[in-house]
Amino acid sequence: MSAHAMILDGIDGDRTWRLKDYVARGGYAVLKKILAEKTPPEAIIAELKASGMRGRGGAGFPTGLKWSFMPRAFPGDKYLACNSDEGEPGTFKDRDILRYNPHAVIEGMIIGAYVMGCARGYNYIHGEIFEIYQRFEAALEEARAANLLGQRILGSGFSFELFAHHGYGAYVCGEETALLESIEGKKGQPRFKPPFPAAFGLYGKPTTINNTETFASVPFLLRMGGEAFLALGKPNNGGAKIFSVSGHVTRPGNYEITLGTPFFELLQMAGGMRAGRRLKAVIPGGSSAPVLPADTMMACTMDYDSIAKAGSMLGSGAVIVMDETTCMVRALERLSYFYHEESCGQCTPCREGTGWLYRVVHRIEHGLGRVEDLDLLRSVAGNISGRTICALGDAAAGPVLSFLKHFEDEFVYHIENKKCLVPPSLQDTGSQIPVYVSQSC
Amino acid sequence: MLDIEIDGKAVQTPEGSTVMDAATLAGVYIPHFCYHKKLSIAASCRMCLVQVEKAPKPLPACATPVTNGMKVWTRSEAAAKAQKAVMEFLLINHPLDCPVCDQGGECQLQDIAVGYGGTKSRFNEPKRVWVNKDFGPLISSDASRCINCTRCVRFTAEIGGVQELGQTYRGDHAEIMTFLGRPVDSELSGNIIDLCPVGALTSKPFRFGARSWELTRRRSVSPHDALGAKLIVQTRQDVVKRVLPGPDEALNECWLSDRDRFSYEGLASEQRLTLPMRREGDNWHTVSWQIALELVASTLRDVAKEQGGQAVGALASPHATAEELYLLQKLMRGLGSQNVDFRLRRRDFRDDAVRAGVPWLGMNVTDIHDISSILVIGSFLRKDAPLLCQKVRHSALRHGLQVNTVGPNAEDWRMPMATRALVAPSGMVDMLAGIAVALAKKTGKTLTATLAARACAENDLPDAARAIARSLAAGEKGAVWLGNLAEQHPRAAELHLWAQEIARLAGAALGFVGEAANSVGGYLVNAVPGEGGLDANAMIAAPRHAYVLLGAEPDLDFADGAATVAALSRARLTVALSAFDSPGLRQAADVMLPLAPFTETSGTFVNCLGMAQSFQAVVPPRGETRPGWKILRVLGNLLELPGFEFEDSEAVRAEALPADIAARLDNGMGDIPAGEAAAPDAPHGGRLQRVADVPIYFADPLVRRAASLQKTADAAAPTARMARATLAALGAADGDKVRVTGSGAAVELTAQADEGVAAGCVCIAAAHPATVAIGPLFGELSVERV
Repeated sequence: MSAHAMILDGIDGDRTWRLKDYVARGGYAVLKKILAEKTPPEAIIAELKASGMRGRGGAGFPTGLKWSFMPRAFPGDKYLACNSDEGEPGTFKDRDILRYNPHAVIEGMIIGAYVMGCARGYNYIHGEIFEIYQRFEAALEEARAANLLGQRILGSGFSFELFAHHGYGAYVCGEETALLESIEGKKGQPRFKPPFPAAFGLYGKPTTINNTETFASVPFLLRMGGEAFLALGKPNNGGAKIFSVSGHVTRPGNYEITLGTPFFELLQMAGGMRAGRRLKAVIPGGSSAPVLPADTMMACTMDYDSIAKAGSMLGSGAVIVMDETTCMVRALERLSYFYHEESCGQCTPCREGTGWLYRVVHRIEHGLGRVEDLDLLRSVAGNISGRTICALGDAAAGPVLSFLKHFEDEFVYHIENKKCLVPPSLQDTGSQIPVYVSQSC
Repeated sequence: MLDIEIDGKAVQTPEGSTVMDAATLAGVYIPHFCYHKKLSIAASCRMCLVQVEKAPKPLPACATPVTNGMKVWTRSEAAAKAQKAVMEFLLINHPLDCPVCDQGGECQLQDIAVGYGGTKSRFNEPKRVWVNKDFGPLISSDASRCINCTRCVRFTAEIGGVQELGQTYRGDHAEIMTFLGRPVDSELSGNIIDLCPVGALTSKPFRFGARSWELTRRRSVSPHDALGAKLIVQTRQDVVKRVLPGPDEALNECWLSDRDRFSYEGLASEQRLTLPMRREGDNWHTVSWQIALELVASTLRDVAKEQGGQAVGALASPHATAEELYLLQKLMRGLGSQNVDFRLRRRDFRDDAVRAGVPWLGMNVTDIHDISSILVIGSFLRKDAPLLCQKVRHSALRHGLQVNTVGPNAEDWRMPMATRALVAPSGMVDMLAGIAVALAKKTGKTLTATLAARACAENDLPDAARAIARSLAAGEKGAVWLGNLAEQHPRAAELHLWAQEIARLAGAALGFVGEAANSVGGYLVNAVPGEGGLDANAMIAAPRHAYVLLGAEPDLDFADGAATVAALSRARLTVALSAFDSPGLRQAADVMLPLAPFTETSGTFVNCLGMAQSFQAVVPPRGETRPGWKILRVLGNLLELPGFEFEDSEAVRAEALPADIAARLDNGMGDIPAGEAAAPDAPHGGRLQRVADVPIYFADPLVRRAASLQKTADAAAPTARMARATLAALGAADGDKVRVTGSGAAVELTAQADEGVAAGCVCIAAAHPATVAIGPLFGELSVERV
């Protein structure tokens, strides 16, 4: 198990995103075959189920199962949506997929629409990556011109219209029902579930929403077959996945590796720790995943089950690496600020609680902490967890609880000494802006 | 049915119920803020979190569907912990200003905090503060108290029909505000005050008026529109301080229109008449009741003796109580006069002779949910009867009711509309005939022979007539309503006749919206002209020697205010029973007797559904004011008329109203010949047909004096509203001054472009001092650019 370029295979920066390049890499062959052979949708779902493919957006829900939830016999419109609202701090894989290989997403969506009988699809792209949205629009135009989208695709009886839709940068719009609200032109706020989107989605119609990487993986998965895809990774954790490695490593970037690859191998690919410093902690799955201390992380393999067992989440695959120069109080302050600002304000515990958490952590960081604050933080975070409409509440509480669990001593030091355990001068050396290197292995 | 156990109580609930529904059935209270039985479910306040068996996390009762065999605990340790946590979150940024908050004492947040919250705050950070918003003259905003339950937002969208409020920004910056600095401008806006579970939205007129526990609650009935909403009138020290809805699912549900809610301010108007007054020359003096009544009685007796009973006429407001209307007509008949009427804004009474019974809505409000198509003829429904309109809106939004209209007006009703046939008043009869012809063809039924002769040819039908016929024919149940404009129309009887034909062909119910609180009651107590008697129009056209005016203002409450003032002021005696003194009355009357408004008298209104709703006085009469039934009773005694020995208003009611009202209700009518009433000519050379709305806050003497309502957009000064093409033909543009001439008088108004007015028409509000001079509600006006 190791590096395995799939979506990012054969990519040469900005020069190879066009339709002809994708076709040269074998793109759209799977779609053509499906349309020519009129492959039964059930067969494709079976292939997905066999592959152990799990959603790449963060929750890791089995893709084949999700696709099978879509009511096939439903009369009327059904929608397909791609979640490219990549707003989780630390995550930057979907951006690169859309920039360098947009047709893989388009092909995956067409296949999805074929399987689930959707006539219309939307790719909701995060508002802060507008040039990526423009790139995707250009790719859509190419696909339309080649009759890969539109009426009677490639002469088959299957028609599918796909549109790009850009958001305005709200993190919460990455929550799938908030995303649907936003496409409908409403304020992006999560809906209460049930009903789930498969029953009541976009404009009240059955809708399936998958992550960008999930859709992009589908053509590759079907090309190699479900069994082979599964064999790439490990049981229940099929295939390869892109990890966005950021933080105190020598070469931050996107690395596509097979699931089950040991963390230390991924760290090596990223050039190891910067300036030979010691690893302190890792957030393995994006900012909402609980932080893991160095020792725990070094024993993990990069797959859903191993990270979950260690007490965190693989999430979207955003690996945030922190070395010994990191002040954990300051790191948490920044995370809590993010969730405070990104809470949609709809339900009480998250609206009020995220601000409370941030204010308390902010106080501790600035030397105004009180002894009772740590219990208060745990209590407030616990009162948010599991009581909100969407997972943002849990995402805000998770870092607080995990930082306190593994690094309580730093918080206590802050409160007692009104300063940081890690000297500020040392923190500054660790926080020099790294050079971003895009990696395709 | 599903079985569910809540706190150990087993209940059965229908499929599709939520845990909250089941708890209500079981009599278990679950604390909540955002949940409201009439609004969509937001599930956002999280106060109703409960413990559900097998669920790993507490679930919101309002949004969790019941499953069979479900077990729920609302006060278990887990549930209580979750509720306490939510309460803490709600309070961290809520100001501790209960002592100066109008909501104090009737605040859900206060109550639930005591019941379900902690005793002390762990929040030691600065509290968030918001700037208050401008919600207009009726609603006071204290934004920092808001808990973002969004009830008000959902109300405006779901009940009001247009989202006027929104939650802007995110997280704890999220705040409720209006769009682009606009105030809330709905005729139902006051309901968000009731809906707000905290003190963020409170009543502006009531602000700091009293603490809720100081108020006495009394039941009453709204004296305004024909629905007659139930009221809770709250008083302190014999002063009406506030009006709230009296919940009734078969009537106003838990809502009130702003007119019902805020008109009470008029009760305290400086124009209240509190002593009898008499004119001497151009001067008015207060006189004692005894002198006033003896003067009135002796003059009436003399006129009746000298000129005959028919020389006396009585004109009563349709907002008067059934008891007052009954005694008034009894008084007239005792004097030998059949001249009594309460339909003051009507012109055409030809259907009186052929009416089958008392006109009413023709259905219950709950039936509105079941109809699939409705035709509303000649109505400003949204402003004439806001809550009736709300029921139509509800059905249109939730049940797909198709709403069609015929009339010279097409203002926004804030609901999906099927077809609006926008025709000038002169074209309304033909449009109805066209619909009937199209319906006959569509349904394969035949037109009534006498009408067939007057109908236009099938291939001449306007598209709108065909579309409306299609809509009415398609549904299983339908309704045809005649609105106030249709009743006030110069060919009202013909509109009635054709509406009846359309209803017959469509198998639909026929109904009248009704102008006022006692539009049905007036008929029931026979306050209408008898054999040889004159109707309201004829009493003005052929002036009487003496008039008794009950609760109406001669310049504002009649079809032609100018003519009415002229006729009344020429009479030997005009006695006005009125709650208010006014310039119009001083001009027209000779004696004014202070009449108790609805809060100071007992009485009965029979609403458009045929419900007789009696009420008691909530405060004693102000000054020397007397209840109308007592004044009329004493007048009867002074005139030595038999049958005026009533001890109380209940005795009057017992005699006045039939035991079985329903048996008297019937909208049918017999045939009448066509075209007797003069139809206005087609417009020519700067002459336009008048369309007159009676604006919601000018419609009756009480609401005209409600200070806060008079500051709303609906109380703006009348303009001359015309379609752009009509304006262009006059060489005028939106905002130009125009001179409008009618009845030999001219007024200057601002022209306003309004595509909701039929071509060749100008819509100028009636019932306003600024437009009295130009004469009747209908007819031709000359309009020119100044």
